[in-house]
Amino acid sequence: MTADTPVKPYDIGKVREDFPVLHQEINDHPLVYLDNGATAQKPRQVIEVLDKYYREYNSNIHRGVHSLSEKATGEYEAARNKIKNFINAGSLQEVILTSGTTASINLVAQTYGRANLKPGDEILITEMEHHSNIVPWQILCEQTGASLKVVPINDKGELIMEEYQALLSDRTRLVAVVHISNALGTINPVKEIIDLAHAKEIPVLLDGAQAVPHCPVDVVALDCDFYCFSAHKLFGPTGTGVLYGKQALLEAMPPWQGGGDMIRTVRFNETTYNDLPYKFEAGTPHIAGVIGTGAAIDYVTAIGMENIAHYEADLLAYGSEALSHIDGLTQVGTAKNKAGIMSFVMDGIHPHDIGTILDQHGVAIRTGHHCAMPVMERYSIPATARASLALYNTRDDIDALVEALQNARKVFA
Amino acid sequence: MSFDMKDLYQDVIVDHNRSPRNFGKLEDADLSLEGYNPLCGDRLTLYIKLNNDIINDISFDGSGCAISVASASLMTEAMKGKSTKEAESVFNDFHHLLTDEEPDLDLEKFGKLAALAGVRDYPSRIKCASLCWHTLNGLLDGSHNSISTE
Ligand SMILES: Cc1ncc(COP(=O)(O)O)c(C=O)c1O
Repeated sequence: MTADTPVKPYDIGKVREDFPVLHQEINDHPLVYLDNGATAQKPRQVIEVLDKYYREYNSNIHRGVHSLSEKATGEYEAARNKIKNFINAGSLQEVILTSGTTASINLVAQTYGRANLKPGDEILITEMEHHSNIVPWQILCEQTGASLKVVPINDKGELIMEEYQALLSDRTRLVAVVHISNALGTINPVKEIIDLAHAKEIPVLLDGAQAVPHCPVDVVALDCDFYCFSAHKLFGPTGTGVLYGKQALLEAMPPWQGGGDMIRTVRFNETTYNDLPYKFEAGTPHIAGVIGTGAAIDYVTAIGMENIAHYEADLLAYGSEALSHIDGLTQVGTAKNKAGIMSFVMDGIHPHDIGTILDQHGVAIRTGHHCAMPVMERYSIPATARASLALYNTRDDIDALVEALQNARKVFA
Repeated sequence: MSFDMKDLYQDVIVDHNRSPRNFGKLEDADLSLEGYNPLCGDRLTLYIKLNNDIINDISFDGSGCAISVASASLMTEAMKGKSTKEAESVFNDFHHLLTDEEPDLDLEKFGKLAALAGVRDYPSRIKCASLCWHTLNGLLDGSHNSISTE
């Protein structure tokens, strides 16, 4: 990571102007968007790129000799290159474009997993995973006879590293861990997790859905084997995402879905597959989405991921402090190393009611189990309310959140 | 739209949420059924004791948001002593009240249940108010092992 880059504050006013959605009233209040963990808003720089693709050069890629197709192919592949540089992947062959984090994880489960797992083998995940990093492995276990092991978390929502080490066994074939928890905000010690697994020659997949928008990610420095993320949480379009994989692993993996683009030759008695990364990219992809992802990466890179991480850390400290002064509010997920996600419950007010009351104040948060039911079970709660930050949020947003929460308390007083 | 949370969280609802009536397991219940709303995790179990087709006693337990708990509390109050046929007819009226585009807003006939009419304006919350009713309906027609709003 670029730890030696000095942190530079950015012009928050200018950044906010870039996001058209933010400038509206909801229920007679200025919108305060604190549901970035679910999906982030899009800057006009991304919206304009999508618009331009459809207006000026919409066409299929890798298939035409005509000018539009060449332009679309060029922009599409340029976006792949931006993604490669963004996560510091070693080559373009290592950047597989998918429909999102969920698809990326399922791809690894169904190709790497099915090719390598057998009865008695183990897959190691954690108690704080999103359902998309649980269920694909459960399906794989059913298919192969492997079993799923789960590393527990402590009351603060931190991984218990001793338990992790104890569960890393001779039977472990893959470790799959969330980089930053969407339900708790915990930043996991992924470098340590990877080093411990590699000492036993076990590959590691990271679910980076919540990490990529908030901090620099360098897959080479981490030495992770697979890294998955979605564009839509990174200020890009929905329906596109990335699977990074180490080239040697990807080369050895069988293809997943069959179809156009992923083949070299097709005959009825024999089909040969295309090279990486196309081997894993069957069918017409979300072309505009990928190009828009490139624009989103340009956008955050211009601000600087270090600067964003620094800004959000300051805002998180301000927010956690403010929430700690609200009577009857308990924060869920208080890890020492935390990203801008504040999950909480309130005495006598169900999260769902909090969400409705906040919405009446123009404050958008998420309520529910956050696709992490095992986390809710761990804390014996049905749901939490969750405010999640992005680079455009401000202290005013936090103040509006606090005021709305005080109002919720009055309604139920 | 003017902001008045009181339309949704009326005093009756806040009160029934804080101290739900007929709350707790009915030990000698003839029938019980769990209703679950996976979206928000509301989970209620409904218990009834029938005398022929009269609802002699009814209670619920579980946990949920204010709307679902208050709705269950109000429903159990309203259903005690009613025949299963009457229960079905109130269920239908209530369902129309919450979901019809232009409902008959003669709230008189709903008695205290009318407090829930404000839920109409919060589409994402209608499932909360109707969870207990769907559960009751499932209990009475005996065709379900559990009820889910999804
Ligand atoms: C930690 C984590 N993993 C995976 C996902 C799934 O992402 P997507 O729905 O974009 O595939 C999410 C998003 O909700 C997430 O927060």
